[in-house]
Amino acid sequence: MRQVDVELRNVVKAFPTRHESGQLVAVDNVSLEIYRGEFFALLGPSGCGKTTTLRMIAGFEDATSGEILIRGQAVQNVPPFHRPVNTVFQDYALFPHMTVLENVMFGLEMEGVSKKEARKRAQEALEMVRLHQAEDRRPRQLSGGQQQRVALARALVKKPAVLLLDEPLGALDLKLRKALQYELAALQETLGITFIYVTHDQEEAMTMADRIAVMNAGRVLQVGTPEEIYETPATEFVADFIGETNFLRGDILEVNNPFAQVCLDETLTIKAAFNDQALTSGSRVTVAIRPEKVNLFSATGPVKYADGTNESPEEHRELLLRDPDINLVRGRVLRANYIGTDTRYVVSIGQNQQLVARVQNYGLRSDTTFHIDQEVYIFWDAEHSRVLTE
Amino acid sequence: MARTLSPSRITTETIHYDANRIRRDMAVRKIGKIGLLLNPIFTYFFLWAPILLLVIFSFNDSRSVSTWRGFTLRWYNNIFNDIVGTEARFSTGLMLNALGNSLFVGIIATIIATIIGTAVALSLARGNYPGKRFVDSLLYLPVVIPEITQGVSLLIFFNVLFDFMSTVTGQRAQFGFGTIIIAHVAFNISYVAIVVRARLADMNPRLEEAARDLGANEWQTFWRITFPLILPGVISGALLAFTLSLDDFVITFFTSGVGTTTLPVFVYGLLKLSVTPEINAISTLILVVSTVLIGISMLIQGRNATRL
Repeated sequence: MRQVDVELRNVVKAFPTRHESGQLVAVDNVSLEIYRGEFFALLGPSGCGKTTTLRMIAGFEDATSGEILIRGQAVQNVPPFHRPVNTVFQDYALFPHMTVLENVMFGLEMEGVSKKEARKRAQEALEMVRLHQAEDRRPRQLSGGQQQRVALARALVKKPAVLLLDEPLGALDLKLRKALQYELAALQETLGITFIYVTHDQEEAMTMADRIAVMNAGRVLQVGTPEEIYETPATEFVADFIGETNFLRGDILEVNNPFAQVCLDETLTIKAAFNDQALTSGSRVTVAIRPEKVNLFSATGPVKYADGTNESPEEHRELLLRDPDINLVRGRVLRANYIGTDTRYVVSIGQNQQLVARVQNYGLRSDTTFHIDQEVYIFWDAEHSRVLTE
Repeated sequence: MARTLSPSRITTETIHYDANRIRRDMAVRKIGKIGLLLNPIFTYFFLWAPILLLVIFSFNDSRSVSTWRGFTLRWYNNIFNDIVGTEARFSTGLMLNALGNSLFVGIIATIIATIIGTAVALSLARGNYPGKRFVDSLLYLPVVIPEITQGVSLLIFFNVLFDFMSTVTGQRAQFGFGTIIIAHVAFNISYVAIVVRARLADMNPRLEEAARDLGANEWQTFWRITFPLILPGVISGALLAFTLSLDDFVITFFTSGVGTTTLPVFVYGLLKLSVTPEINAISTLILVVSTVLIGISMLIQGRNATRL
């Protein structure tokens, strides 16, 4: 079993509000286990409680109730300067009246490390982030990316058990952010230090994290690997927050393993995978389908193959329907947006439903694109339509 | 897949400009521009003309203030050489003595007010206790209430205090440097606290968190991070307090005793007979010192504002 570095047990944080006896629950009964050496992301929209959770682990906020353990030790009454964690702040919080080197040395000096030793170790840390040539500069003379790296060196020089990062790339432009994402992930892998990374950027979390906890309104909705979170979202919020998703409302007709029959309207019934074993027929549910899992072909023109052979739409349809675990419906293109790597189609299906499909532009434009009002067939594997639990 | 715009949605109307209206609006704009230009000229003339007149006539080679007779440094020379026209009570020694008193009171009051004012600012900026907002608003009271009210209230306060002390100890305390310094500290605390508070408000609270995160306790955090960063605010607050203390007349007048005459009180004493050119010269010197001090204070605040 993997060792747990940070554990949260039923942690609640409520802030008093201006109103009498009113309070704002920022973190609502959160329990998490973060393993040693893991890159763990806390992901959610602003105000979801992810930063408050991080600040409680750092020791800047006290939990209203519940327990926080770092390396098995409860840290309720331990002030931040005695916790084996260090933080990289969103705005870096570099000391403006100190040089870069002095900033990095500060933490070691507070430990009582001799000035000479602190200097040596700080220079090593700056070398690690490739900023040793800037050690005599002031923080405001550095670019955002450089400041970010100084903040990283300043925290890592303390050799913390856990490094807390509060949207450390949030203030940087996209290109730099991408570059630093890979750099950070590589650094974490070399050092083997547990990283807890707060972000509202789902792509960033997916790129870097080993595991992600998706938060909303103070609660943790789902914890899992990026793939688990993306492919099998537990709730509508998770499915919606991570990537683009179609949500279709319908009623369960019958439940037979592994798929449930979901009636979207009188003319349209699809098969969908489900997690909830207590699912019963007749209940109203939401089905999620990722736009890139959906395929289109023309209902009017021939389907062309790579070897030059053609097939009529009906023949192609028959062929596909031999697979019992496929959903195939007819529809009409309402909108088409060319966005480079793929084209995004909005297709009307059933009586009054809409489905977004993303089709990769792999071939010549004329082969893979459809025009508005074109009649099309839409198909996808039944396991890609998922019944969400409320 | 390209969509075409339906022709009916494209407007074919031409846009008409009303030349008269444009002309009228431009005229209004021109008047406004001239008004904006004249406004500060009049205002500053109103503010500075009397002071400018004082400075000019301190260099006037005539006892009369109505005519200009050429440039002279005679009055400045006079005040440092014991010669002040017919004014018998003036002597350079007395003036320098008053100046010495002013500096003594100013320095002691500034040191005490700066320490207390900084502590108050820290408490208001970082503390979290009930009634903080109320205390916060009280801070501005000494800035807005009339000096005469403060002077009279301090006079009554000291009298009550001395009465009480004499019944307890049997000895009656006297008005003197002690009372003046306490009075100056009382009104200067607010000014120092307001300046330091502004500095603290500009400071990123994450800096203190970062220090604690890196292993500094509260004491280390204050001396290594907070204090160096608010120091410009503390210095400019102190300079402001020193200037106010040096210039204060009303409150000092009510709280001074025998032999503790400060420079402004001394000048007031000279005024009782007539306004002589020497008074203009002394006043000009006080004005120069105050302006320089305030200038330095503002410079420190301004130059470091971008550093946080």
